[in-house]
Amino acid sequence: MKIRSKRYAAGAVLALVASLGLAGCGSDDSSTAGDSGGGGGGGDATTVTFLPKALGNPYFDTSDAGGKKAVDEFGGTYAEVGPDTIGPDTQVSFIDTAAQQGVNALVVSGNDPQALCDSLNAARDAGTKVVTFDSDVDPTCRDLFINQATAEGIAKVEVDMIAEQIGDSGEVAILSAAANATNQNAWIKIMEQELADNHPDIKLVDTVYGDDDDQTSFDKTAALLSDHPNLKGIISPTTVGIAAAARYLSTSDAKGKVALTGLGTPNQMRDYVEDGTVTEFALWNPGDLGYLAAYAAKALVDGDITGAEGDKFTAGELGDFEVGADATVLLGEPYRFNKDNIADFDF
Amino acid sequence: MSTDLLVEPSRQSAGQRALTTFLRSRELSIAIVLVLIVIAATLKRHTFVFSHDGWRDTLLTPSILLLLAVGQMVVIVTRNVDLSVGSVLGITAYATGKIFIANPDTPVVLVFAAGLLIGAVLGAMNGFLVAFFRVPALVVTLGTMYAFRGYLTHQAGSKRIVAGDIPANFEKLGTQQLLTVPVLTLIGLAVLAVVGYYLHTARGGRELYAIGSDPDAAHLYGLNVGRRVFGAFVLSGALAGLAGVFSVARYATAFAGTGRDLELQAVAAVVIGGVAIFGGSGTVWGAAIGAFLLVTINRALPILGISDFWQGAVVGGLIIGAIVLDRVLSLRRAHQLIEARDVTEEEG
Repeated sequence: MKIRSKRYAAGAVLALVASLGLAGCGSDDSSTAGDSGGGGGGGDATTVTFLPKALGNPYFDTSDAGGKKAVDEFGGTYAEVGPDTIGPDTQVSFIDTAAQQGVNALVVSGNDPQALCDSLNAARDAGTKVVTFDSDVDPTCRDLFINQATAEGIAKVEVDMIAEQIGDSGEVAILSAAANATNQNAWIKIMEQELADNHPDIKLVDTVYGDDDDQTSFDKTAALLSDHPNLKGIISPTTVGIAAAARYLSTSDAKGKVALTGLGTPNQMRDYVEDGTVTEFALWNPGDLGYLAAYAAKALVDGDITGAEGDKFTAGELGDFEVGADATVLLGEPYRFNKDNIADFDF
Repeated sequence: MSTDLLVEPSRQSAGQRALTTFLRSRELSIAIVLVLIVIAATLKRHTFVFSHDGWRDTLLTPSILLLLAVGQMVVIVTRNVDLSVGSVLGITAYATGKIFIANPDTPVVLVFAAGLLIGAVLGAMNGFLVAFFRVPALVVTLGTMYAFRGYLTHQAGSKRIVAGDIPANFEKLGTQQLLTVPVLTLIGLAVLAVVGYYLHTARGGRELYAIGSDPDAAHLYGLNVGRRVFGAFVLSGALAGLAGVFSVARYATAFAGTGRDLELQAVAAVVIGGVAIFGGSGTVWGAAIGAFLLVTINRALPILGISDFWQGAVVGGLIIGAIVLDRVLSLRRAHQLIEARDVTEEEG
């Protein structure tokens, strides 16, 4: 009864809220849509759209900046779009939009190996070249994958660093991203094998998942420390996780007693390296990764390469690259950051 | 149980009545659950409470959710809900970082005031739509939840406030302790005490309960329903703003996704704390214990050997259990009252 009399008002406000929401989305997209639309119409310039896992992540900020640098160098048109949360299907609408706009190349870091396949293949059928970087999708739904480093290389550098920092013996734990993260799970598997094969005195006691969320990662770090009083080291193969773990460690009794290493960005880790919480961590240069991905996209669009094994192309200042098995291009070895060199980096 | 006391509670002495109320209170039962969980975790791992970090985390970790739960309780007791608090927290957290980037020497008090103010303004937007346009709060705050988050994503983009942006004295505040109690928790408890006292004794506080029990009756009785509901939303927003400042002090970071999903945790804390989701009953003390319980469960379950993946199920079970318990208790109460009325009528 009461509801009936309020129905019109509620409906009106719902419509108002919805239209505000739509207006908001429209204005969010307009900057990028304008860029790529113009490029597509122009015909000359290669249009390259970057689609990271999510906005709000400094790692993709840097990789996409590298991509923009490359696109600017070869005179193409650059755009970046992306969801604000990481989820299996949050990227689908952005892929569909890019395909409709007819961009020449889409550079994607996939949130899920399978969920994006239909959309990516539809985009490829419409003539868009699909390059994945950072996180691959199923090889049947992309033209090329730019591998930041081999999973073996990453797993090995993390195990090597923790072994050096704890004297090659004692309990360690892993603080990962989401429990279904493609990259992290592959690395963890190899790390387990590497530990078993070459570091018999290091015992992996636990693997926890911080979901790449500050609060969850923070609380999981605290739980690791209280769960395992003899813990000597934590490996966090995710940039959000390692920063949260470092923040917790830096204010805890375990500072200096429990080593922390993994994959991090210099800007996020700078304070913690300087105050002694963290000795050394690793990463490739995400800027170089985006830069290489953009040049690879350009080579695909121009028809210089097709993604076949043995294809060669030049990526600006990074030099020459060769396509490996499964249409994959390897960036190189991970880079270690520590007190001596962290000041040289700003990303 | 004798039904006489229901009809004429004054037969008991004030002390007896206070004791009965205390023993029967929902707050006591969830407080017992909380204490049991802490004891179980501590027995399994004595560092859970008896270590510097453990003691600090037990008190500090709930401080952010505590503020949100207090604000949320005040809104829910008026038969409304505020789903935008997570987004408000995100905006003020990011703004706090921006203030420090612009001027690293900004006095901490000023930053707290800015957080409260930004939150209050955003809360006022909710309150304005709900109280004066009579739009259901669920719809309004669901809308502003997305709108505020969209605005934050637009502003922040892929930028992130990192530890290097935050001055050392503010970072230190995140873990600073006064007589072993974290400062952030002390502020949270002070807020709780003030709001609790107001709700319990002040005219305005009692009116919030009256409005939640029956908005139409409250209106007919001459209460200024709009003004009170507006005030509740402003308070909820301001406390969410304060929580945003807390979040930066504790995590030393903020980005477009800060505070996501916290609104549902706040509602869960309030419901677990025995506050009726349709308003009119419950206490802010219960909501506060609910917040401590939710956060502590997440910390304690891994220690008790229950995997991450079951934690959500446990929290869900608690919420459903709390609501079922509410329903059973209110049915039993209604039944007893009817019985008592019949008995008195027969006697009369």
